[in-house]
Amino acid sequence: MTGPALQDERETTDVAPSRRGRRAAALAEAASAGWKVWLAKIVMLGVIDALAIYAMLVLIAQGQWLVPLIIAVVAVLVNVVYLVPGLLPAKYLTPGLIFLFVFQVFVVLFSIYIAFTNYGSGHISTKDDAVAALMQQSQTRVENSPTFPVKVLERGGDFYLLTTDPATGAFEVGGADQPLEQVAGATASGAPGFTTLDFAQILQHQTAIGALSVPLSSDPNDGYLKTTDGSNAYQFTSTLTWDPTADTMTDTKTGVVYTDTGQGAFTSEDGTQLLPGWQVWVGVDNFVRAFSDASIRGPFFAVLIWTFVFAILSVATTFVLGLFLAIVFNDPRMKSKKFYRVIMILPYAFPGFLSALVWAGMFNQDFGFINQVLFGGASIPWLQDPWLAKAAILIVNLWLGFPYMFLVCTGAIQSIPEDIQEAGRVDGASVWQIFRHIKFPLLLVAIAPLLISSFAFNFNNFNLIYMLTAGGPRFADASINVGQTDILISMVYKVAFVGANRDYGLASAFAIIIFVLVALISYLSFRQTKVLEELN
Amino acid sequence: MKVNKKGAAAAAALIVASMFGLAGCAGGTAATPKQTENAGTLTVWVDADRARALKDVAAAFQKDKGVKVDLVVKDYGKIQQDFTAQVPTGKGPDLTIGGHDWTGGFVQDGVIAPIELGDKASQFEKVALQAVTYDGKTYGLPYAIENIAILRNTKLAQDTPATFDAMVAEGKKAGTKYPFLVGLDPQGADPYHLYPFETSFGNSVFAQNADGSYDPTKLTIGDAAGQSFAKWLGAQGVKGTKVINLNVSQDIAKEAFLAGETPYLLTGPWNVADAQAKGIDLSVDPIPSAGGKTAAPFAGVQTFFLSAKSKNTLAATDFLVNYVATEPVQTALYKAGGRPPALTSAYQAAQSDPIIAGFGKVGENAVPMPSIPQMGSVWDDWGKTEAAIIKGADPVASWTKMASNIQAKLK
Repeated sequence: MTGPALQDERETTDVAPSRRGRRAAALAEAASAGWKVWLAKIVMLGVIDALAIYAMLVLIAQGQWLVPLIIAVVAVLVNVVYLVPGLLPAKYLTPGLIFLFVFQVFVVLFSIYIAFTNYGSGHISTKDDAVAALMQQSQTRVENSPTFPVKVLERGGDFYLLTTDPATGAFEVGGADQPLEQVAGATASGAPGFTTLDFAQILQHQTAIGALSVPLSSDPNDGYLKTTDGSNAYQFTSTLTWDPTADTMTDTKTGVVYTDTGQGAFTSEDGTQLLPGWQVWVGVDNFVRAFSDASIRGPFFAVLIWTFVFAILSVATTFVLGLFLAIVFNDPRMKSKKFYRVIMILPYAFPGFLSALVWAGMFNQDFGFINQVLFGGASIPWLQDPWLAKAAILIVNLWLGFPYMFLVCTGAIQSIPEDIQEAGRVDGASVWQIFRHIKFPLLLVAIAPLLISSFAFNFNNFNLIYMLTAGGPRFADASINVGQTDILISMVYKVAFVGANRDYGLASAFAIIIFVLVALISYLSFRQTKVLEELN
Repeated sequence: MKVNKKGAAAAAALIVASMFGLAGCAGGTAATPKQTENAGTLTVWVDADRARALKDVAAAFQKDKGVKVDLVVKDYGKIQQDFTAQVPTGKGPDLTIGGHDWTGGFVQDGVIAPIELGDKASQFEKVALQAVTYDGKTYGLPYAIENIAILRNTKLAQDTPATFDAMVAEGKKAGTKYPFLVGLDPQGADPYHLYPFETSFGNSVFAQNADGSYDPTKLTIGDAAGQSFAKWLGAQGVKGTKVINLNVSQDIAKEAFLAGETPYLLTGPWNVADAQAKGIDLSVDPIPSAGGKTAAPFAGVQTFFLSAKSKNTLAATDFLVNYVATEPVQTALYKAGGRPPALTSAYQAAQSDPIIAGFGKVGENAVPMPSIPQMGSVWDDWGKTEAAIIKGADPVASWTKMASNIQAKLK
């Protein structure tokens, strides 16, 4: 009975829309409805929510609050996007956006954060860790003190050490708040009123037992017993005392007081720092250092200038050679083009860092192919002279880079319609004029964005520099390990990861400077290319 | 349709709620790890060779003490950085292997804890114990010693004379392409490989304290003995005999030695296996003196470090002191790595191998490579200056300039 009625209704509505409209409606029906789809959606959202809440609980248990908050907001947003009807674009974009934030934005933000801290050698952890490490390191075994064989005892949840006095042979028991004293009825394996722990039980409480220090006598200067393996104890004294209320460390030998001056380490009045320190926010200190510290500023500007020279010349030389070859190969009179083209593209097919290594060997002053074969045994210091090293880098990058330019120029030239050139020829223009005024501007419209990206790539061409010269020859008077052919990115790498003194904060600051430079140049260049496009 | 949606929403709410509940339970157990931290697993970072050698002792320890030893195989080159990065986050291992020269940096970063060797200390080779001592405390358990020595091709030369000049003369008599080779780098020479010649002039980088540790406040590299070494180095470079050539890299030097182009190669145990595989009859000889005194190379000591954040310090110490520091284990580690063991009894047993005995004899004079973080300010200038002197720069002026540059950085 309802059937025909429904049928009627459908028929009336079906009359109006076009065929296309009906198809869209059917698609929408298929996409939105269907209880299976709904169930799948709900289950997946449930899994996501469960994971989010699990992550939040774990993080909150670790005492964090910012990351769980972010997770909560994201989880709510995801639920809203997939449960609320409509919002179709958001449904497609959300996964991508989340991955973008996790893998790109977060990394960038974290680098920026590091640039404003003193993260680096000696400042890698928190203040609590630094205090713990300092206390651990300040415990010194009393010289020539005997080994005390010990048993670990337990009473009322507290731990005690049972030992034999090496001088008297008497059995003594002591705990954290109770100096060693003789106990009546004690034997080598236990004492009345105490439970002797076996090794498994010791391991169960090893954190507490490892931290247990038993005063040798009521005089604290006698030191204390500590066991490091549960069966032997040694007599220790501490050279530092930590006062949590005053926030100071005191050296018990010299009496020097070290206070927290906000620089990420306990510092004495004369400026001596106790290391390890900890990470603190240092504001723009790293940027100020990059531009003001003479021993960093000098090399920094030299590296900055060379980075620009290197990137610009790399793009220019590869583009000129690539374009020249593309024009030559585009000439219909050229024979066996395919063969030559394969050869041309070979350098592009090898991994760049391998090629750079091979070239480094070929540039060896005494044994390299270039000096031995091409220059007849001449001893040219290719990688040791500042100017020759720079030339060598440009030569190798030309070799590595021209096939790419050749490829893109070939494509661009072939896309220029023949009739435009024909028109030029009819008007009596010379070959050079046709190239200069017709072909080249049209070519640039297509190629300019690629030149900009090539510039950005070479600006950060770490592989080539690091594998070919490793930045050498080095600057004589720089306090950071950089050389004549270092570009900004290889300098950042060296500051952050090479040598014993690592400075992640300064390296991150440099990385931000690089980012700003590349972004600025790209922005300005892309604005310029718009002018080119108006040619069309 | 609408009813359907509501139903689905209700079902969804139910499912999500139950999942929240589940997640809550999971979170609850994860939030109280205090009970499981003493379940008894020691995590140890090792490289592939060492992992094989430690497998048996790990099994024995588990059997005796009920503590599982989890050997995590890591790329040796990555250990130092990963350890420094992971320990502060609490994710690092309980123990890791490493070179003793990392000690200073690790202590400065607060990532390793001292180990009390107790009476075991006296059972180790002196240089090994000195190497792991930092600031008066023992920061690790040494297990192998390595140092460089002269590898001699016995077919090309009868012996290795006691002085550098006599060795070069002997090498020339052999009629090979090079009288003597040492692998260097055109940019940074190689202070590690050239150090024995430097000590033969009586020079050192930092003054050594009585216990063998280095005093970072006393930079001695620029003294008169150092300057005589610089003069000698200049005389072996491009302006002199050309015996020491910056363009001979480690690879080129090794290739030349394997090809029989030189009778003498100054190198470490790492090149022995390849030379033997090539069928070269080898002898490991003391390094000839250039300046009259004994040529003492740096000793590098392979060490087990204890993480400052380990929750298993007692088990870890017990494992190191009472299991790894025993003769069978040290011998097994030596067989896996080919470097003389650090425990004296195992060291003596290994001397039956003439190659090990050769390196060991040179190692008796070796000085531990400085592990103080201040060394980080030294290597770079040191190598750069040596390279410049070999290239013909004024030796004494360059050397004293280098010393003052390093001194400036130390402050």
